[in-house]
Amino acid sequence: MRAQAASLALHATAILLALWVLLPIYFIAVAAFSTPDAVYAYPKQLLPRDVSLETMRFFLGSEGVGESLVRSVLVAALTLLLALGIGTPAGYALARFAFRGSDAVRLTIVGTRAFPIVILSIPLAVMFLRWGIDDSVFGLALAHTALALPFAVLVTSSVFAGISVELEEAAMTLGCSRAGAIRRVALPLALPGLAAAAIFVFIISWNEVFAASILTLRNPTLPAQVLAALEQSPLPYRFAGGFFLLAPSLIVIFVIRRYLFNMWGRVVR
Amino acid sequence: MATTAAPAPTLASRLRRWEGLPYWLVLPTLAFLVLFFAWPMAQAFELAFRDEGGWTLDHVRAMRNDLRFDEALGITLLLIVVIVPAQFVLALGMALLVNAKLRLRGFFLYVFMLPLAISDLAAGIVWSAIFTETGYLNTILQRLGVLEFPYIWLNPLEKHQILFAIVLAELWRSTVLIMIILVAGLQGIPRDYGEAAEVFGAGFFQRIRRVTLPMLKPALQVALLLRVILAFEVFATVIAIAGASTTVLSAEAWRWQEQTQNANVAAAYAALILVLSLVSAAFVLRLLRTPKEQLLR
Amino acid sequence: MLSRRSHLIFAALAAAVVTATAALGGATARADARPAAATTHEMVFFSNQLAQVAEAEAVRNILLRNFRAHRVDFVTASSDRVFEDRILAEAQTGSGRVDLIGGLHGNFVSLRERNVLTNLNDVARQLRSTKISPSFMNLGKLGTRNQLYIPWMQATYILVANKSVLPLLPRGADRNRLTYGQFLQWARNIRQRYGVGRVGFPASDNGLFHRFLQGYFVPSFTGRNVTRWSGPDAVNGWRYLKQLWQFVHPQSLTYGFMQDPLLNGEVLLAWDHVARLKTAVEQRPSDFVAMPAPKGPKGRAYMPVLAGLAIPRSAPRPAAGKALIRHLLSVRTQAQTLGAVGFYPVITARLSQRLGPGLLKQATAVTRTRNARDGLPSLLPIGLGGDGGNFNTVYRNTFRRIVLNNEDIATVLRDTRTQLQAIFDKNNARCWAPDPPSRGTCRVG
Repeated sequence: MRAQAASLALHATAILLALWVLLPIYFIAVAAFSTPDAVYAYPKQLLPRDVSLETMRFFLGSEGVGESLVRSVLVAALTLLLALGIGTPAGYALARFAFRGSDAVRLTIVGTRAFPIVILSIPLAVMFLRWGIDDSVFGLALAHTALALPFAVLVTSSVFAGISVELEEAAMTLGCSRAGAIRRVALPLALPGLAAAAIFVFIISWNEVFAASILTLRNPTLPAQVLAALEQSPLPYRFAGGFFLLAPSLIVIFVIRRYLFNMWGRVVR
Repeated sequence: MATTAAPAPTLASRLRRWEGLPYWLVLPTLAFLVLFFAWPMAQAFELAFRDEGGWTLDHVRAMRNDLRFDEALGITLLLIVVIVPAQFVLALGMALLVNAKLRLRGFFLYVFMLPLAISDLAAGIVWSAIFTETGYLNTILQRLGVLEFPYIWLNPLEKHQILFAIVLAELWRSTVLIMIILVAGLQGIPRDYGEAAEVFGAGFFQRIRRVTLPMLKPALQVALLLRVILAFEVFATVIAIAGASTTVLSAEAWRWQEQTQNANVAAAYAALILVLSLVSAAFVLRLLRTPKEQLLR
Repeated sequence: MLSRRSHLIFAALAAAVVTATAALGGATARADARPAAATTHEMVFFSNQLAQVAEAEAVRNILLRNFRAHRVDFVTASSDRVFEDRILAEAQTGSGRVDLIGGLHGNFVSLRERNVLTNLNDVARQLRSTKISPSFMNLGKLGTRNQLYIPWMQATYILVANKSVLPLLPRGADRNRLTYGQFLQWARNIRQRYGVGRVGFPASDNGLFHRFLQGYFVPSFTGRNVTRWSGPDAVNGWRYLKQLWQFVHPQSLTYGFMQDPLLNGEVLLAWDHVARLKTAVEQRPSDFVAMPAPKGPKGRAYMPVLAGLAIPRSAPRPAAGKALIRHLLSVRTQAQTLGAVGFYPVITARLSQRLGPGLLKQATAVTRTRNARDGLPSLLPIGLGGDGGNFNTVYRNTFRRIVLNNEDIATVLRDTRTQLQAIFDKNNARCWAPDPPSRGTCRVG
């Protein structure tokens, strides 16, 4: 009996929390597909009534939107490969070894994120122009990698810390080299967690607005393209822009949710 | 196999033979970050502490005497002190919920993760649309009969209301980051520990405190580290919701860059943010130092 | 042995990652770089004006449509910071992508400081027949002998009111010739009627409230720009503003563009830049009226806004830039400008009736402003170099201290007088209208 009440309470809490998360997203979606008049009306329409594709259509039709979408995907994918490729070894090191200076390393890695990127705009732009990677997918991916590395390192280190070290030791007593032990034992166990880190990195790159707007000119990513709409245009366009940024992320997370669910040991449908 | 006199080679002993390994593993990351941030940051520091006449503290002094410096510093610290613990409790709750045997667990997991998909700019837009006088909150409250006519939430004369809106928006937007890290950590805790504790009569909250939290320490440390650093940087939500009515350090840095177009004082603010973040991060590292048993020595 | 082998594996891995990245990077760079302009006649027109979605599209589809010489990539900057940073960064490296920049007078002042603008005397000569207003052309010289930017379009700031508050006008007031006293009474009536202040000013960070203070409020009360900054007229004025602020919507500090609060009804009487009110009057022309700003004891001060075109030093195709300037200043394109983007031409052109009722209302208000007998044009800051931003901040801080923080008016004005004087001294700047011209550095009063 008590178990049933507890389960009910748990479910109720979960539902309330889910509602809290969903509501603002729902508002954006409804507003993006409403007539401008409906967006400005008060009381606000809670249920979609005056549905209209007008704003979204204008938005989608404005120049370069499709291309910037593709660019966003490319940049995010590249960032993912780079950030994980470079960051996973570091995460492993921080998790497995208590070497001298590990705290300092951790602090440094995290410290780079502590500097507001607004201030770095001109030096970064000049650097990029000089190296010839300005306004390019590759250049922006490098910048995003630098921004995402601290996450990648810290999350992978957390993942590896959660994998019992005895397993690798066991593999090594059975004759594996350390590299082999990592490859055969640690990595497979860490894979779901690494997948989660990968998703993090992808999303960070996808949503990143400021560096993208500074470092691109004619080849913007979606957020950089949409930024003017988000900051300066009338309200309906802002909702449309917000939704347009949001929708691909929702789809991406939905498609790769399996990896996330697997991350937690049991396969969750 | 184990009858020889020498002990079986452990990972530890093998690694001791290659002492440089951790440094090698970390090198690419450090090199990359240094390459990307070192020069711009050095330039920015130069801006903060240099003038035509050489090194100077003038910009720092200008920052200190700025009309809104005290407010910015105070509100930044206040927000951190309020938001970070609240977020951890919320994230832990969500993580535990997801970990428990729930129906439609996958659905809840997906939903909880959704704020990840929203950039802070879009989050600012929607929460400002919620709290504005003709916004969603007033619509709902009026429909429910709680309000007779719309209430002005974002009123500079009632600063606590504005702060409340900011806290809510931030909780909504960035808790998921922590939740994911905690969930990953929770999975690393073998179930037997909790079950054993239950067998011995430990109640739910006792189990959380005595079994779960201690084992979650590495994950907590990572999450706290990340969150604290990011908290000092947050300003898109603050500006979207509060506009010019209140301010935080990073918003002032942005304003001095954008509005006043004084890159020097903006850099001074940035340097202050960096210092405060590092101090907090060092504090977190010390506070949540992972016990030896969980690391390799 | 073991460690050496792992060493090698590691090194190989690292090398592989780096090579792969470089290869991938090269491939993507080639894939997304557009072909060089020399072969396909492309140029880049970079502007921080007209960045709103609808206006940017109008630029591409209307204003640029008849420009056949080159294919123009119209790129907008989302903020002044992004705009100026990019130009400055390109100037530092000497190689740029931007051929033509469109910005406001204030942007060009600070860009000139950094020596980024080229001189456009030849273009000015070619445009002599189009009869651009000489005072604008003069502003475009930025205090030097050379034409550094060509005036492109102009705007100003006006009031827009929701028709529902017209009955609340004080008796005897003509809404097209309001005084600040009547404005205060009107605001009070509105507050009484609605229980909440419904007058709005764009006082957030990206709002143009500082222009209200500089170009409308202070000169209307003191008759001057800064030369009577701390005198009794000024004290009077700031006391008035404190009173007025009681009837202003509290969320004004969060408003950047007044068209949104007007359309959702939070604000019923607003002051803002014409381009930031445009959506409201266009979408619901029958709901709104547009009026010139009020008049103070010393005149009806207003501030003309000037957008211009310039060619940065790092421009790869300056000739193309100059051709585009001539196109945008042609009579036909200038006539299209108002309807397309809500900014007014800088040459004398007749306004087409096809503009639509909303824009026509605005245009009437603008003309009334310019032609008012008691009009007092207040110019944009000239000669302040890189301190334009500091200048604006002093005004905002004065407002914050007096009106929001309730400090003593005389003390604040004395403090800020010193700050203003420091800015003028640092730049050896002269006074500008409506201050009488000064011999040497302007003395703040």
